[in-house]
Amino acid sequence: MRARSIRTTGAVAATAALAVAASACSSPDDGKGADGAKDSAVVGIAYEPETLSPLLGYGKDGNSKIFDGLLTHDADMKLRPALAAKLPKVSDDGKTYTFALRKGVKFSDGKPFSAKDVVFTYETILDKKTNNASKTELDALKSVEAKGDDAVVFHLKYPYAPFAERTVLPIAPEHIAGKQDVNKGDFSTEPVGTGPYELVKWSKGEKIVFKANPGYWGGAPKIKNFTMAIIKDDDVRATRLRTGDLDGAILPPNLAETFASDGAKKTYAAKTFDYRVVTLPTGNEVAGDTAVRRALDIGVDRKAMVDSILEGAGKEAYGPVPTDSPWFTKGTERKFDAAKAKKILDEAGWKPGKGGIREKDGVQASFPLWYLTGDKLRQDHALAYASDAKKLGIKVEVQSGTWEVIEPRMAKDAVLAGGGSPADPDFDQYALLKSSLAGDGFNNMAHYDNATVDKALEDARKSGDRAERAAAYDTIQRELVKDPGYTFLTHIDHLYVVDKSFGDLSTQVEPHDHGLASGPWWNVEDWQPKK
Amino acid sequence: MARLAARRAVFAVPVLFVVTFGVFAVAEASPFDPVKAYAGTAGLTASQENLDQLRANLGVDKPLVSRWWDWLTSALSGDLGDSSTLRQPVADAIGERIGWSVLLAATAFLLAILLGSALGVLAARRPGGWLDRGITSLAYTLEAAPPFWLGLLVMWLFALKLDVLPAGGLTDTARTTVTFDQVTSHLILPAAVLAISQLPWFVLYVRQSVGDALGDDPVRGARARGLAERTVLLKHAFRSGMLPVLTLVGSRVPELITGALLVETVFSWPGIAAATVGAATSVDFPLLAALTALATAAVLLGNLLADLLYGLADPRVGFDG
Repeated sequence: MRARSIRTTGAVAATAALAVAASACSSPDDGKGADGAKDSAVVGIAYEPETLSPLLGYGKDGNSKIFDGLLTHDADMKLRPALAAKLPKVSDDGKTYTFALRKGVKFSDGKPFSAKDVVFTYETILDKKTNNASKTELDALKSVEAKGDDAVVFHLKYPYAPFAERTVLPIAPEHIAGKQDVNKGDFSTEPVGTGPYELVKWSKGEKIVFKANPGYWGGAPKIKNFTMAIIKDDDVRATRLRTGDLDGAILPPNLAETFASDGAKKTYAAKTFDYRVVTLPTGNEVAGDTAVRRALDIGVDRKAMVDSILEGAGKEAYGPVPTDSPWFTKGTERKFDAAKAKKILDEAGWKPGKGGIREKDGVQASFPLWYLTGDKLRQDHALAYASDAKKLGIKVEVQSGTWEVIEPRMAKDAVLAGGGSPADPDFDQYALLKSSLAGDGFNNMAHYDNATVDKALEDARKSGDRAERAAAYDTIQRELVKDPGYTFLTHIDHLYVVDKSFGDLSTQVEPHDHGLASGPWWNVEDWQPKK
Repeated sequence: MARLAARRAVFAVPVLFVVTFGVFAVAEASPFDPVKAYAGTAGLTASQENLDQLRANLGVDKPLVSRWWDWLTSALSGDLGDSSTLRQPVADAIGERIGWSVLLAATAFLLAILLGSALGVLAARRPGGWLDRGITSLAYTLEAAPPFWLGLLVMWLFALKLDVLPAGGLTDTARTTVTFDQVTSHLILPAAVLAISQLPWFVLYVRQSVGDALGDDPVRGARARGLAERTVLLKHAFRSGMLPVLTLVGSRVPELITGALLVETVFSWPGIAAATVGAATSVDFPLLAALTALATAAVLLGNLLADLLYGLADPRVGFDG
């Protein structure tokens, strides 16, 4: 082999590689339907699901596009029947839920959907061998049984009022998923469901491509092709939205602002239950002191955080429940009052010591506050909190770390955490406040321990009566004023910029997670694009 | 030639052995928890019992050595195991991605070698001339520019300002089919950035060695015999001046791999970059070990290739020296 032929070999190899890449055929696609209205949509999202298999946790909060649950949420987060024919019948003791199923529904491969698919889905998730990390959410469920082809009965271990909210979980076809290894079979990358869209292709780290399911029981969607591009970097996402590669995207407030003058695009601010909170661990002798907790609760300027950190896209938070939710207890808003906060500290014996830091019995009023490295929003919240606390004479040392660093310290050190789930107040509050869950994974991070709250949490989840439940949640919110184990700071709006050609869109109230279901495309199957 | 290749292959076995064990040991020592990584956001609300069950299911509670041995023995029998982050067999995960990474790296490498040699020869013709000074200072500037920064810069210029090339991905985001011209237009920017990041080494090497060769006896002799300048430059100086460059080809492979990781990330190129980073931070042992073994093999092959090329180009070197 001579030098000349070596060079040729390289060129041949590169040509061959390109030829392999070109093996698929071309299809012209300008994103317009026959009547001239846009029939395809491309949106940019920041997060990618780990799996597309509902058996491993995909779409557990509903709205999974490829799949349907027994129930689903409307724009106001009210439950509506989906694969169920109507809302479930609940027994008087609150432990049995009976669903009649919709008839004539088919999976996108043409096979009929029936009660056995529902039983298969729930039983597989509950199976210890299934690697589903959200299994805990079905803790109340004892067993599922099929009554013929079109009815299903759920038996619970204990009365659990919000159980119907859990049945938005997508149903997998037994005739496909039942024939492979749940944890690694190709069902998680080639899912088949009953939903409005079918998966065309999921190229991990790049995009998820859907096409409309023409046989969808709810009617074929007008948007025939729907693509979610996964772009983690905010700036790159904004750039690709600007070049027209994307029709819509989720953006942080400062980047959404740059589209304000763009006449072809509209910004949607989705209201959320997504809160930022400081955990005040009971195990810390400063943060665990009720006087310190109460002083911080009224001595931090939440309004300033909303205005400066969130640029107005959010609201002040006084608990896990946002102030505009029907579950919010009016009158528990805390007015920012630094003078009163100082008085509380004075009265409790926290006297100003050296350097302006208060002291009591030789203990300095100081504790560490951790936030997740790289999370700018949490960093800003933590610094604002520390600065407000300093004015009261409390030294909060802000530090950053990964969850691996932070987790072992959670019992003693404060953490700037986030959370929020709009479907039912139980989902958030039980895990956040129940004393028996202290230090159980990321549940009850502050090790909050309050007997009145514990009892109210139990009452609230057992009762099927809306008024009784509301009373229990009122008790909890009032108790959090007297004995705050956390300082709730803000509820954050999620901002989306979308092309106007899709008409007026809506958003749902969103949870902390930026799931695939979030954003104006929560109901893309119902979009009515204009010409 | 065959003996050299065989000897290197035998030598590669203990290297791969040590490297994969190293991966397991380093991952074990890292503070990352594979169960938390597997669970993702769901892990933040999962109960300890649920997490413990996951730990047992995933088999990550076994000791380091037995986990490594299990992986190694099944890998040797052809089963690379299952990736916990991607929830699919490792062989499938790599198979889906590696082609695109190879395409990107090969295109960029070829471009860097061709362009680098051309610029290097041009610069060497008149050492100290304006062309030489211009090319050399450009090479030093590019050497200092990080590839991801270059990536963002060309994306801003060609995709945003001029709107002539796509900003990322393998195809336009709305396309569902992979076509030749789609891939070509999407390949231009990332391949160019990767090539540019490799370019300075080739330019400077070629310039130096061709410049040296121009001063050597054979070249002076050729000139004295009255051969054309063009013939002297290309037939004599370039030929001997290219020898060190062949070694450089092999030694650039590791840098090419790391450069490709950054470029793939910036341009959302669906290669193995994202999988590699994900595997490392999620302590996805089977995927991480396989990818590391692959990268090690690529480096060893790169070195072997360089030596073989050197031997072919200059018979005096021989293969067993």
